[in-house]
Amino acid sequence: MKKEFLYGLKRGFPIALGYLPVSFTFGLLAVSGGLPIWMAIFISMSNLTSAGQFAGTNLILQGAGFLEITLTTFIINIRYMLMSLSLTQRLEKDMTFPKRLLIAFGVTDETFTLASMEQGKLSFPFLLGLISGPMCGWSIGTALGAFICSSLPSNLSSAMGIALYGMFIAIILPPAKKSRPITLIIIVSIVIACTLRYLPFLSSISSGFRIIITTFIGEGFGALLFPIEPAVTTNE
Amino acid sequence: MNMKHTFVAVLLMALVTYLPRALPLAVFRKEIKSKYIKSFLHYVPFAVLGALTFPDIFYSTGTLATAICGTFIALILAYREKSLVIVALGAILTVYATGFIFPA
Repeated sequence: MKKEFLYGLKRGFPIALGYLPVSFTFGLLAVSGGLPIWMAIFISMSNLTSAGQFAGTNLILQGAGFLEITLTTFIINIRYMLMSLSLTQRLEKDMTFPKRLLIAFGVTDETFTLASMEQGKLSFPFLLGLISGPMCGWSIGTALGAFICSSLPSNLSSAMGIALYGMFIAIILPPAKKSRPITLIIIVSIVIACTLRYLPFLSSISSGFRIIITTFIGEGFGALLFPIEPAVTTNE
Repeated sequence: MNMKHTFVAVLLMALVTYLPRALPLAVFRKEIKSKYIKSFLHYVPFAVLGALTFPDIFYSTGTLATAICGTFIALILAYREKSLVIVALGAILTVYATGFIFPA
């Protein structure tokens, strides 16, 4: 039991490290945007997600309404449903309800990817170990960014703005290399996102709804043209 | 800024972030049958992250030229399947270094 936890901790360590520059950037942006330090840290501890909380916090700073903030964050986070669904197929059968609820909190693009790469059933101690490091890394990075905010040279802090997008590219490019449908879906989504942003009439659509519209068109396109055959997905 | 409004918004964000993670784990024990729903879910990360990254990455550093350089390095590192840390730090350092050539 303890051994599995430590093994999970070890596997999660590189993720925790990878989260530092990104969450640091989050802390920096949130505080320089006008949020108090404690609020930036609270967002990271309660949300524990990259894209959703970056987008949600941006909307808060822009003064958007609850509906737009909630809907945008939700749409960006729908992807976690697939990951959790996939995990349900891999959990040890006797895992209790409270344990499942606890593990759910730590499902991210990265912890999910690492968990799926493990062989055999996933135990509670292993998963707990796996998510502990990234949870700490995300909060610690945010706190550092929030505190250091004012004393960081401005050219370095503006350079850190690219960290989040670098991480996204690191997540989607390797699978795209191996799958034509995924490559096409990414390209279609980017084209739609740019169209909505730059066409004069459409550019009035706010950033949150732009993501929602793009996701639905991009994925509808993918699901209709490249439906996954059941046999292919059982191991994913 | 209204702190009460912000706090409520953050709680709502936390809720809609946790629900998609928890619901399947809490209630779902079977496998989804519809291949269209499965496919739709399968492609979610790619459509969302693609749309979030472009074109916004080009405005993420304050200078278009440095952002393009950073994007280019990130694409190369990710294509070679380097880890998240390496890709993120590589992009940051590239932007920082090219910032001396293309000042804001």
